[in-house]
Parts: sequence; C-alpha cells; structure tokens
Amino acid sequence: MAMISFERVSKKYSSGHEALSNVNFTLESGEMAFLTGHSGAGKSTLLKLILLLERSSQGQVMVNDQRLSDLGRHQIPAHRRSIGTVFQNHRLLFDRTVFDNVALPLQISGYDPQDAARRVRAALDKVGLLPKERMNPQQLSTGEQQRIGIARAIVNKPKILLADEPTGNLDPYLSEEIMRLFMEFNRHGTTVLIASHDLALVRRMPCRLLTLEQGKLIRG
Amino acid sequence: MDKPGKRPSGAVPVRPAQRPPQQTKRQSAVRQQPATHAERSRGAARHKVEFSDKRRSWLRHHLGTAREALQRLQQSPISTLMTVAVLAIALALPGFLLTGLKNLQQLGSNWGGEPRVSLYLQSSLDDQQADRFSRSLLLRDDLLAVELVSREQALLEFSQSSGLGDLLGYLGENPLPATILVLPRETSAAGLSAIQQRLQALPEVEEAVLDLAWVQRLASIVELLKRSAWVLGGLLALTVLLVVGNTIRMTIGTRRDEIEVAKLVGATDAWVRRPFLYTGFWLGLIGGVTAWLLIQLSLMLIDTPARQLVALYQGEFELLGLGWVGSFILLLSSLMLGWLGAWLAVAKHLREIEPE
Repeated sequence: MAMISFERVSKKYSSGHEALSNVNFTLESGEMAFLTGHSGAGKSTLLKLILLLERSSQGQVMVNDQRLSDLGRHQIPAHRRSIGTVFQNHRLLFDRTVFDNVALPLQISGYDPQDAARRVRAALDKVGLLPKERMNPQQLSTGEQQRIGIARAIVNKPKILLADEPTGNLDPYLSEEIMRLFMEFNRHGTTVLIASHDLALVRRMPCRLLTLEQGKLIRG
Repeated sequence: MDKPGKRPSGAVPVRPAQRPPQQTKRQSAVRQQPATHAERSRGAARHKVEFSDKRRSWLRHHLGTAREALQRLQQSPISTLMTVAVLAIALALPGFLLTGLKNLQQLGSNWGGEPRVSLYLQSSLDDQQADRFSRSLLLRDDLLAVELVSREQALLEFSQSSGLGDLLGYLGENPLPATILVLPRETSAAGLSAIQQRLQALPEVEEAVLDLAWVQRLASIVELLKRSAWVLGGLLALTVLLVVGNTIRMTIGTRRDEIEVAKLVGATDAWVRRPFLYTGFWLGLIGGVTAWLLIQLSLMLIDTPARQLVALYQGEFELLGLGWVGSFILLLSSLMLGWLGAWLAVAKHLREIEPE
C-alpha cells in the first residue's frame, strides 16, 4: 500500500522559481527512504508539500490514501497530527522543559494528562533523554536538542515520520546514532522519509535513495 | 464555538503487535511492559468512552488554558496592573455616571413626579362655592384626585413656609385665592396639556397651571445626560476593545514561536486562539470587578454630601448603588468586551503567523 505518492507534481513559486518539476515517486507503507540533493534542489519543498505547508502547483500528492488537494484549510491540522516531523532547526520552545516540548502534540490532540505523561516518557526513553526531562532544552547540546525534536515527532506514534536535515549540525558519530534511531522506528512499521544532503552518511544506510537535482527527481 | 482537540483514535493506532519482540537497551522492561497492557485495554474500551472522553478532555483543556492564561498575567504583574487600571477606569466612568443619573431620576420622581394641575379659582368665589366646585370636580372621570386648599389654608402654608407671616398681617385681607390641586388620569404630555385647557375653560377657574415644568425640565436634563453617558460609554467601550486588543497583539508577538510550532504539529486555529481568548476574558473580568469596586467606593464618598444636600430641600433620599442588575450588566459587558477585544486581535494576527 502506498503511504506517500507524488504524481507529476510541480511547485512553482509566484516569483517564477520552479522548486519541483514533474516529480513522481511512491513510498510504500513501512518503507524508509532518504531524500538527497544539493541545498536548493527542492528537498524542503517536497517535505512541505507533504505537510501541507505549501500546496503543489500541479499534480497530485497522496498521503495515506488521501488526496491532499482535497483537504481544506480546516482539515490541515488533523493531517499534520498524523505525521511526525523533525524540523531542520529543531523548532523547540525554550520557555518550557524538555518534557513539555515533547508533550505539545499530545496536548494539542487532547490526550489525558496521565496517558500523555506515559507516552512522553516512553518517547524520551527511546531517544535516551529521560533523565533530562525536567531540564530546559537550552541547557542541552545540539545533538540532544535534535533528539528532543525526534521524541516530539514520534510521541503520538505517527504512521509517517518526516525529517528535514536531522543531522545538520551534528558530528558523524552523533549523526549515525540518530540515523539508527530512525531505522529503529522504521522497523516498528513507521514510514520514514529523511531529507539530508550528507551523502557520505546516507550511502552507508541500507535504504532507498531519492535524489533531487534542480527540482527534478533524477533517482528514485 | 471552538471544538476540542480531537482525540485521534484512528490517527494514533495502538499497535502492540508491532512492538519489538526484545526490549532495546534504552527501554527498561519495567517501564515498557505495563504501558503495553494499559494501551491494549484502552484500545478495547475506547469506542464506548469516546464521547465522554472527548467532553472531559475538552473541559480539562479549557480549564487548563484558563488557568495558564491567568498565570501568564500574574507573571507580568506591572503591565497587567496597568491594563486592568485602564480598563477599570474606562468601565467605571460610564457606570458611575449612569448610577448618578439613576439617583437624580429617583430624586425627580420623589419630588412629585406625578403631574398635577393647580387650579387657581376666581377670587369672587367664597369658601362654600369653592367647596361645591371641588366636589363637582370629583365626579369627573378624567381626574384621579382632587384636593381643595382653602384661602385660609393657603395663607397658613404660605406664612409658614416663607416666613413672611408678619408681612401678610399688614395686608389686612387675605390676598391668596383658593386653590384646587388635581391629579389627572392622563400622564402623557399631550393629554396633560389638553386637560389643562379644558380645566382652564371652566368659569370658576381663573388659571389652570400645569405643575410639571421643572420636573419635566429635570427629566429632560437627565435624559440628555443619560444619552451623553451612553455615548461616552460607547466610546469607552471602544477604548476597552482597543486596549485589550493591543495587549493581546503584543502577547501574540511574544509567543510567535509557540504558535508556529503548535501549527506545525497540527494545532487547530481554535486551539491556538484559545489561550488568547482566555487572556481577554480574564482582563475583562478583573477590569470589571475593579470598575465595580471603584464605583462603589466613589458612591460611598459622595453619599454623605448628597444626603446633606437633599436634606436642605426637605427631601428624603437614599443613594442608590449599582444594584444586582447594574453589577451584573457591568461585569457581563466588561467580560464581553475583554473577550471580543481578544477575538478581534487574534482573528487579525493569527492568520499572519503561518509556519514556514
């Protein structure tokens, strides 16, 4: 079953810049893939289309059997809740603890606080940050902050996990550890799509590669 | 209104089967095992409890958001105090004015708000004729009450109330005519002047005077002031909206990151809006209560002098406060204004904040 599929998808900005042109690919349920290419090749745009942060100019994006063009503005939140996302610059909130950062998606979904606390601790445990749940993210290292972002992305057990340059500022050792974490989620059945320009790292992973070049998918 | 955040029973499937057969080194068996059991039983019961679950989660979220909004206000006490003070003064002014006018109106009605017509009789009529005439008036059905003031009575009252009794003594003869005070059934302005005309036309009557002029004047002054108070109230209500709106706008600015992240992980507009609406609610409530206290305090301060003033005119006077209804209206309108101000600010600015 296809979890994510792009059918002749193009994205042209009003400035005239074509970020994606005629992209076709299908990611099966439970599959894990890397999206690579130079910066500016359209990796982030592709992820934004999946998250409905942008809409395609042409073509169809299907996520979990749902045509995204059919979703109205008011259906976007529910769609985003079904996807876990790790953002490029962590996107953490420094006015609250690690625990509260991870709990945010559950609060938004209206979970019972006890249930939520249990899930948050489970997620923090998976990324190895359980002992630091009471700390402020600012007190933690970049690698740890990235892992908070990952815990937040997986805390409500999404079917799809997206990550945009999750190893951007990390040293090779930490990067690989984070990638192993993603593979572990994938083994549990989560469909994973990771955008990364770190080719050396990506090649070491036994995963499918989708390569973008100037908005075109040259390998997938 | 806002819908609660949906519990995504479908979006968050519990998949015990897909759990790893072995614990990874980071997962302690103690922590993970009971969770799986709990989830399994929850999954089975979920369909039955979904509705009450949603309601509970909705209520809990609202209470939590309300409490958090209040805590945030407490965290910046100075700016909260300033905002509340502006709101309270803006709300207290029209409230105080309207209460004052209510008192003035009450004063007017105590002072013979009922329109009376004084009939000054022809001086050729003697007491017996005057008495007979007043009895004939009693038979008319356009009059509610008739009271004869004979020439002697009139003289007595005049000398008592004016202190000019000695002077009258020098006149030798009573210069005052007999008077009949009548209370018409009709109370409208047009009806009153019609009846005054009819009474004026009677041969026994020298002059029929509608005793209403000053009461009417007071009433129209009060009416004018009241209208002005409402206009002022409208302007100040606008002020409240703007003050709350501006406060909320600044709060939105400081919480921009939070809004973006919440939207990224799937918060609905309603969810994002809610804390700000509660901030407006609290500002309105605290502002309203403070305004109420200000009004009561001001009334207490003017109570004694007002009594003294009225006592000078031999009047009886009980200073009216806001009363239950007035207090309720004050609080309700300040709540509504706070909420509405927040809503306007949020509606305008939240759409501008879209994550990228």
